[in-house]
Amino acid sequence: MLARRIIPCLDVKDGRVVKGVKFVNLRDAGDPVELGARYSEDGADELVFLDITATIRSRKTIVELVGKVAEKVFIPFTVGGGISSVEHMDQLLRSGAEKCSVNTAAVANPDILTQAAQRFGNQCVVLAVDARRSKTRASHWQVCVKAGTEPTDIDAVEWAVEGAKRGAGEILLTSMDADGTQAGYDIELTRAVADAVNIPVIASGGAGTLQHLYDVIVAGHAEAVLMASITHFENYTINQMKEYLRSRGIAVNL
Amino acid sequence: MLIVIDYNVGNVKSVCNAFRHIGCEVELSCDRSKIEAASALVLPGVAAFGFAVGALGSLASVIRELAQAGKPLLGICVGFQMLFDESCEFGTHKGLGLVSGAVVPIPAGRVIPHMGWNKVALPDDNPLFAGLGNEKHFYFAHSFYANVTDSAAKVAYTNYGFNLPAAVRKGSIYGTQFHPEKSGKQGLQVLRNFARIAGEDR
Repeated sequence: MLARRIIPCLDVKDGRVVKGVKFVNLRDAGDPVELGARYSEDGADELVFLDITATIRSRKTIVELVGKVAEKVFIPFTVGGGISSVEHMDQLLRSGAEKCSVNTAAVANPDILTQAAQRFGNQCVVLAVDARRSKTRASHWQVCVKAGTEPTDIDAVEWAVEGAKRGAGEILLTSMDADGTQAGYDIELTRAVADAVNIPVIASGGAGTLQHLYDVIVAGHAEAVLMASITHFENYTINQMKEYLRSRGIAVNL
Repeated sequence: MLIVIDYNVGNVKSVCNAFRHIGCEVELSCDRSKIEAASALVLPGVAAFGFAVGALGSLASVIRELAQAGKPLLGICVGFQMLFDESCEFGTHKGLGLVSGAVVPIPAGRVIPHMGWNKVALPDDNPLFAGLGNEKHFYFAHSFYANVTDSAAKVAYTNYGFNLPAAVRKGSIYGTQFHPEKSGKQGLQVLRNFARIAGEDR
């Protein structure tokens, strides 16, 4: 049986790791290579680096950053943020990333998922879905693009199903309502997506306590849990998270 | 000096990065004289089997002869699969034939690819796993697996709804289906152990 994964997420802006609340109010959390290496040492199962600057200029910077990370990080890592072409993905994978995540580009052109899966294998293709609760329809979530700044009319669950069909090997599902609040993952959203697709769902947004991790795995059916604030600011170590989950009967890599 | 075989397949740099991180001298090369002079060889592989064998070309027979003559060899992922007789991934392709067995698809009825951290039962008579205890998780990413039929080969297994060969040892020929270079601390320990087998530890 595969272990459930603990995945620290590093939002990178202008070469630094930052963390905000609901995608704004950014706090500095350190150097991406250093922080990545520390997590690799501390027993994280995987890392996600998101370039939240994601401008044309930052593209080259992120490729260089991936190369530096690959010299210090000996666990799989995903890179995302502003990826708009299969060629760009190729550069990132060649620089040492294991997977690439796409959001805005896939919404604009869903075919990018298929092209990437055919070229690199679906295990390299992560569909990032930033979802916000609909204000008008209960138990519905709308997909947001451009780092959460632009809501669309797309239903998050339907989009995840479509993305999996087109070649995504994994869904990185972020609840924009919960992000950075440390008040718990959106369990209802996670379960709705996880039950609708047959690929792993990484739950993201809202981790604040060890119980939150357990809840989104057991009640939300997440294969993996992603977190930022609670680990960057050292509320909990990776080991504490794994010890806790193991004590409650969850298979972890420990 | 350890030589990581460079044959134009994906992400062989990670293996070099990991060996360098543990203080081991390593070079990425496809030069025959360097390969012959190496203390040990590492055959990485992120590609389809047929593509990898094709890319290896005439180096295949060089590696086979050196391994048969006792030079330590470590195959990783598709490099591990190439140790066997053949694979049926996208047509039938001959492997190096160093260990008897065939590479076949992971049986349906579970999520494929087998990707993520799975627990491997570690036999204590395999020096590749020295200092790692009875079991550890390692990182896997593959859709085909090696069905080992060689009675001279020692196999370490993981469970993916069936006993899936995770590592093999036959004399000084070693292979891991998982990626030690992506398996955190325990993965680096496997590489350190291989460096020791090669006499490269300092």
